[in-house]
Amino acid sequence: MDLTLIQTSLPQLAAGAVLTLELVLLSLAAGIVLAVATAFGRLSRLRPLSLLVGAYVFVFRSTPLLVQIFLIYYGLGQFEAVRASLVWPLLREPYWCAILALTLNTGAYGGEIIRGGILSVPFGQIEAARALGMAPGLMYRRIILPQAFRQVLPAYGNEMIQVVQASSLASTITLMELTGVARAIAARTYQPLEVFLVAGAFYLLLNLVIAQGVRLAERRLARETRR
Amino acid sequence: MLDLLQFGDSGWGDEILRGAGMTLVVAVLAYGIGLVLGSLSAAATLAGGLLLRGAAAVYTTVVRGVPALLVIWLLFFGGGSAATWAAGLFGFSGRVDLSPFVIGVLAVGLVSGAYAAEVIRGAVQAVPAGQLEAARALGMQRGLILRRILVPLALRYALPGLSNVWQMTLKDTSLIMVTGLAELMRVSFVASGSTRQPFLFYIAAAVIFMLLTTGSELLFHRAERRAARGVRRAGA
Repeated sequence: MDLTLIQTSLPQLAAGAVLTLELVLLSLAAGIVLAVATAFGRLSRLRPLSLLVGAYVFVFRSTPLLVQIFLIYYGLGQFEAVRASLVWPLLREPYWCAILALTLNTGAYGGEIIRGGILSVPFGQIEAARALGMAPGLMYRRIILPQAFRQVLPAYGNEMIQVVQASSLASTITLMELTGVARAIAARTYQPLEVFLVAGAFYLLLNLVIAQGVRLAERRLARETRR
Repeated sequence: MLDLLQFGDSGWGDEILRGAGMTLVVAVLAYGIGLVLGSLSAAATLAGGLLLRGAAAVYTTVVRGVPALLVIWLLFFGGGSAATWAAGLFGFSGRVDLSPFVIGVLAVGLVSGAYAAEVIRGAVQAVPAGQLEAARALGMQRGLILRRILVPLALRYALPGLSNVWQMTLKDTSLIMVTGLAELMRVSFVASGSTRQPFLFYIAAAVIFMLLTTGSELLFHRAERRAARGVRRAGA
């Protein structure tokens, strides 16, 4: 074990960890919005819409994230129309490509989780809300979504941890996030164990924080039920 | 543009197909390793002493907690030294290098095993204790109980979870392109580099992956139905 190597590479690893955090937070934030939209789209009574959203979910869940990242980063730039478009300044950057791919990916997985949560709300609850004369918007806000949210918390927590791990794939399109930094140092020093231990520990810590956060939220929500 | 996907010298069709074959081979081998590691780890958790239980807990927690790509890089840079050291224990003094193929299979298998361990542990615990008691009461030996009672019953509970692990393993296989192994993603990467048609080749790779995941899901579905053939359900 080479402690000086750990010490000298810590600043680089920390910078990588910050980028990892950025990627994770941004894609999680955008991903949950997309996931809710996806769930509603899948449940929509508009047949074309639910079919279209279903196709999106199927494609993104049945292909590896790596293909999705490469398609967005390398693939889209091939078309003149894309390069001439307004979004090209964003799609040119590996940073935004990685966030886009991660968001689309977690939106598909998360959408299925949330859809399951919405379907798990007992129909009696919906009947009761209707009998009270609630409009659909109010019913969703006060009755369906809070209960669905509680139901999906554990599964969504796992999905968040998957996003943390998925963010490592950003290193394949030149982003020096934590895994990329660790790889670069290992390639230079040929002492992989030390840097990978530090990087691994950071990932585990991040998972722990997420798991604890989910557990806390669960406890809070459970308290509200009892009342 | 589509003629780039033709077979023969002018197109990349045969290379892509061979890459897909390599992907499938690596995934199957890694999944096999994963099932063995997962079973051992589950056995250690359920029946091992403190040391074995601890080792299994560390294995599943750490490997499920870090990105698969990190595991691949660790084996890529450190696998050779580890193998050299291990060979030294058996009196072999030369240097051992691991091929990208071996690194890929081992790394993806290691990850697969950590997830399979949880599935298998849960499935074994789901087997009603009365079944095992009855088997013991009939005078069955441990091996026979395992073969005739525990494994068939646990397999039924484990199959849906194991199906998920397989899907994950198959998709994780794409990551080993970073070692240079000529599997589907690597071939697509090389092809799109030399033809400047990345979209075409990554779409082709995506379609092949979709066929593989969807096809294998059907197989697992059939296996689930077969494993549950002795179970009566309401309305059936």
